[in-house]
Amino acid sequence: MPLAKRIIPCLDVTAGRVVKGVNFTELRDAGDPVEIAKRYDDQGADELTFLDITASSDDRDLILHVIEAVASQVFIPLTVGGGVRKVDDVRRLLNAGADKISINTTAVLNPQVVKEAADKFGSQAIVVAIDAKSVTPDNSRWEIFTHGGRQATGLDAVEWAIKMQALGAGEILLTSMDRDGTRIGFNLPLTRAISDAVDIPVIASGGVGNLQHLVEGVSEGHADAVLAASIFHFGEYTVRQAKEAMRDAGIEVRL
Amino acid sequence: MRIAIVDYGMGNLHSVTKALEHVAGDADIVLTDDPLVVEAADKVVFPGQGAMPDCMRYLQNSGLEDAVRDAASHKPFLGICVGAQLLFDHSEEGDTNGMGIFAGDVVRFPKAAMVDEHGQKLKVPHMGWNQMMIKRDHPLWAGIPDLDRFYFVHSYHFRPSDDITVIESAYPYRFAAAVARDNIFAIQCHPEKSHHAGLQLLKNFVHWDGRP
Repeated sequence: MPLAKRIIPCLDVTAGRVVKGVNFTELRDAGDPVEIAKRYDDQGADELTFLDITASSDDRDLILHVIEAVASQVFIPLTVGGGVRKVDDVRRLLNAGADKISINTTAVLNPQVVKEAADKFGSQAIVVAIDAKSVTPDNSRWEIFTHGGRQATGLDAVEWAIKMQALGAGEILLTSMDRDGTRIGFNLPLTRAISDAVDIPVIASGGVGNLQHLVEGVSEGHADAVLAASIFHFGEYTVRQAKEAMRDAGIEVRL
Repeated sequence: MRIAIVDYGMGNLHSVTKALEHVAGDADIVLTDDPLVVEAADKVVFPGQGAMPDCMRYLQNSGLEDAVRDAASHKPFLGICVGAQLLFDHSEEGDTNGMGIFAGDVVRFPKAAMVDEHGQKLKVPHMGWNQMMIKRDHPLWAGIPDLDRFYFVHSYHFRPSDDITVIESAYPYRFAAAVARDNIFAIQCHPEKSHHAGLQLLKNFVHWDGRP
């Protein structure tokens, strides 16, 4: 099948700079977003995702400048998420040069925003981010959590994904909160359950610690794309090495 | 030389504008919703995003349809994504009539066909980087190797009745990914998001004299 599985580096941005987390809490400045985006672009990244983790509302507009600067120099799809609350937030990010907008907590609090945004800008521009956590010891049922995995919603993750597709989401960014930051690999049963339940593409996220994990996300998790942050940021692996590992495992990639 | 990007109110045209500016050289790139500006331009880019029924309605309501038809009749003309689909007779999406500049229809990837060779379900929209198979040489494809990958995101694809296919892709069956006739080139995927190969195509358009 010639359609390539995608590898998507994720950049956390605050106050106009890329940061990387060390031991969950401490944030270290990792550099200029344009330089880092260009580096990943040169390595063959298929898309880039920017997560705005700015806490202060005063600094919220800085992400718009970051996206504008990156979009004028990097010609691959750009997704932006973090703090998207209203349809107007979607509009402003698209006008700054983003191609897709990822909606997370707002999709849970106010699902109509997903529908309105998809109606207005097209499903191709709307990604719904789902943070899911296992609620059974045998890892066979998962629920949606908000606020960085601290707040339970009681919503079943698979049903939620189907509902988001029906409201017009063009893609799902699925993060396993059990695995995020652990570096022990994706939650494969969760990824496969969601990917098999919907017709739209699913991006697997959370838990990547080595290149074999990326391979498993596609081959066992049935993901259409894999997202990773730390394995690329700290220079352990390049995107190209990740693609070569996937190719060697028989997965179609863009090299 | 001035290239007009037609803005009839459908979707985000920032990416197309930025990418064309990046390769424009001395050419002037203008994003416009004014029919007079489209009529005065030397070349025209006709993008489109979202649902085709909305695109057709916006195009008609904006008063830009005649200017687009006029440009397509003789100027170097590049249709992208839904802008390319609109050039055909008819789309299954909302049972919509297109502009009828090309004979043929626009159809959805049929659910029954969306299985890969391992029996695994294929997702719709067809989203991501797929290979472009050259069927016929064209000046806009100069410098782009056979089987190079472009970025797609679409659920519908055009099916020309005439022999105008320049590039094919496959998902899982072969479909026309780009068509061309005389001064018109129309492409289903997104050159503005397709890295070096996409920028090469846009650069070729900037330098194109409109001859096949």
